[in-house]
Amino acid sequence: MSENTTSISFTLNQQAQQVEVSPDTPLLWVIRENLKLTGTKFGCGIAQCGACTVLLNGKAIRSCVTPVTAAQGQELTTIEGLNDEHPLQQAWVDLNVPQCGYCQSGQIMSAVSLLNDNPKPSEVEIKNTMAGNICRCGCYQRIYKAIALVADSDEDQA
Amino acid sequence: MITRRKFLIGSGVVGGGLVLAMVLKKDPPLPGLRQDSFAPNAYLQITPENQVVFHYDKAEMGQGVITGLTTLIAEELDVHPSKIITEAAGVHPDYGAPVVGQITGGSMSIKDSWQHIREAGASARAMLVQAAANQWAVDISQISSSDGSLLNQITGERLSYGDLADHAAQLEVPESTSLKDPYAFQYIGKFDQRLDARIKVNGKADYGMDVDLPGMKIAMVRRCPHFGGHAVSFDAGIARAIPGVIDVLAISNGVAVLADSYWQASKAVKALDIVWDKGPLAGLTSEKILANQRAALRDGKIKELHSTGDVAAAQKNELLEAEYVLPFLHHSTMEPQNTTVLIDDGKAEVWSPTQAPDMVQSAVHMASGIPKNNITVNSMLMGGGFGRRAMTDFAHEAGEVAAAYPGTPVKLVWSREDDMQHDYYRPSSIHRFQGSLNNKKQLNSWSHTMVSSSVITSFANSLIAGVLPSATPNGMVKSMGRGLSSLVKKMAPIMEEGTHIPYVCENVAVSRAVYDPGIPTGFWRSVGNSFNGFVTESFMDEMAHAAGRDPVEFRLSHMQDFPRDKKVLELVAEKSAWAESAAHQGVAVHPSFGSFVAMVAEVSVEGTSFTVDKVTVALDCGRVVNPDIVVMQIESGIIYGLSAALKPSLQIKDGAVAQSNFHDLPVLRMHEAPEIEVHLVDSDIDPTGVGEVGVPPIAPAVANALFVATGQRLRELPLKLG
Repeated sequence: MSENTTSISFTLNQQAQQVEVSPDTPLLWVIRENLKLTGTKFGCGIAQCGACTVLLNGKAIRSCVTPVTAAQGQELTTIEGLNDEHPLQQAWVDLNVPQCGYCQSGQIMSAVSLLNDNPKPSEVEIKNTMAGNICRCGCYQRIYKAIALVADSDEDQA
Repeated sequence: MITRRKFLIGSGVVGGGLVLAMVLKKDPPLPGLRQDSFAPNAYLQITPENQVVFHYDKAEMGQGVITGLTTLIAEELDVHPSKIITEAAGVHPDYGAPVVGQITGGSMSIKDSWQHIREAGASARAMLVQAAANQWAVDISQISSSDGSLLNQITGERLSYGDLADHAAQLEVPESTSLKDPYAFQYIGKFDQRLDARIKVNGKADYGMDVDLPGMKIAMVRRCPHFGGHAVSFDAGIARAIPGVIDVLAISNGVAVLADSYWQASKAVKALDIVWDKGPLAGLTSEKILANQRAALRDGKIKELHSTGDVAAAQKNELLEAEYVLPFLHHSTMEPQNTTVLIDDGKAEVWSPTQAPDMVQSAVHMASGIPKNNITVNSMLMGGGFGRRAMTDFAHEAGEVAAAYPGTPVKLVWSREDDMQHDYYRPSSIHRFQGSLNNKKQLNSWSHTMVSSSVITSFANSLIAGVLPSATPNGMVKSMGRGLSSLVKKMAPIMEEGTHIPYVCENVAVSRAVYDPGIPTGFWRSVGNSFNGFVTESFMDEMAHAAGRDPVEFRLSHMQDFPRDKKVLELVAEKSAWAESAAHQGVAVHPSFGSFVAMVAEVSVEGTSFTVDKVTVALDCGRVVNPDIVVMQIESGIIYGLSAALKPSLQIKDGAVAQSNFHDLPVLRMHEAPEIEVHLVDSDIDPTGVGEVGVPPIAPAVANALFVATGQRLRELPLKLG
């Protein structure tokens, strides 16, 4: 049976993209299967775990429940789009944050979004925002410290 | 779990310190062998281009084994760990151990690799030194090594290991070599980075879920939600009409859909109209299981596990009695289960996030009929393991679907719902304790009786399939699996793990009755220790309070024969300011996997809700290879154990799991996580387990703190204040 597909265009990691997919397809699967960027992970499919977090116009969204149509004409950033240059990525390495690592793309994208909105978050603000991302290896303390480290160093530069 | 050492001792293979029999076998060929390399053993290859390649034969699930094992070989080879190219070993007889094969589990990777991985590095280095001595015509004593090169101390000439690879490859592997004295270690105990950190923060780490092959299709399966049930009939009409759906086929575990993409496959499996036979567990609930466990505790066939003294006589004193109840637990690895299989031309290639690549090979063999020596297994990074990926059910499913589509790579993917509802759970259990004190308020008797199902039965089939020849009929594999299951029960009574208390008590009796409700069970991080740690350390705390004594002082006064337990308890008491702190603190001590752990948890209570604010830990795991990874593993074990201790438990209804995803079976999140402080005991004893040892003490430490805070003794997990 031929599929009822739609053409969707958006910017992904600063590159123009166009895909032909069924309009109800979640963005997650378009990113992973059509565009072959597998750094964004599938964890729960119902916006509970945060492994699929990407940025839509700079703000964290759960791509597993966001239909691809929501990206039409918008700007998307995935973990690959940070180009290994974001200070949070370095802090993650310096503090030995990852264990299995599966949730970490989503954790980092949530943290990037947080610092975009609020460069100097309080402890409660960090923890409340990051509560949306599950880590079964239990890296929470280190994730918190890595975000606080970057937030503090921004303060030093100011 | 069966320890490798037990099997080695049993088969008389344990040798003296320096004997090396580690020579790469020529047949079968080593998977991933670079043709022109110097490959003195199955672990190491050095190419003329000066690439040093290490094949790690334990599976990385986050526990840091790539870094740990690479550090061991780097130390003896004299190459910085970060310069070594690491690759997951394939399935080969040179890896693993007799009977248990290449499984990663039981917190034994570093402990069991400690000697032979260092020997693999040392013998390779000795051969490179010999090659250089021949080339320079000097004695080996005139040659020194540092970070991948050799120096001629007379002439100042230098050769890289790669320069010497061709020459070294012509030499015989030495029969023996010496290992470094620990004082000379450059990396062991010092290197504290993670070699896999960078690829895990930039999206480049490849997990099983990330496998992508040309022409690959996605498979998903609808399994009977009721354990032991099966599909009677199904109507695939609507599913087949979904665009992208290629086929719908019955497999042994349910009904499979093959589609172009995940989204299409997931819509199609939901659209299947299946008539289920609910099977023998229809109507079964958690409440009924508990009632049956209570009945077995009262009337069942109770078998003694171990005892000393005369408990019956001793229990004429005043008795303290308590009953503890623990639920089934799910693993919920972050990465749902998956495996990719390509079958073509009588051969199979498999990509699997697995703790047991050789068992995956067997599973695909049993599913497809392809002989094992024609099946290549690529071990992918795992998004968590925790014991779940010691099972191979998902690989079997992938093998079945791929066998129906030769030439097409099939990635079989589980949804989160599949993962939570078709796990191999930590068994639920019930425990009865009776204890008495003597007139000095010391332990006089200790009796512990438990009822639970076994975790070994499901595992034994895949284990036995791994060691039998390919031609063995599946029926025979299953019957031998049952045989092995009873053998393994005798050798390593997993339910007994953690019942041996680190306290001197003259009269002890520990016994067990088996009641198997039929729910699939398996290895859950720390296995038997996960429940025995909670019940023994809660009851020890009850005894301390019954004696009117401080819980730390009471424990210490029974530890004269347990010096390493005593030391961690003293250390944690000091570091947590036990004597002075105004916080509500609870303590627990639980040795497991050869290591010794004590924890103090601090809680705050408001009405019937509470938070765990801080956990202080003291650990003696022998010599530490990577200090920060050890700390990470303890942090990880605490969060994993705390999640199970605080969050709603899995419920059985109608022989099925009542919940389905993180919304109704929640796990611990960042705002609920305590501050964790870990203190390591300096030791020159050989390393012991770390990956699981942080789990068992956390629940009792928190329960004991809640007793201090509220006077309520919580004897059921998850912990709930009344």
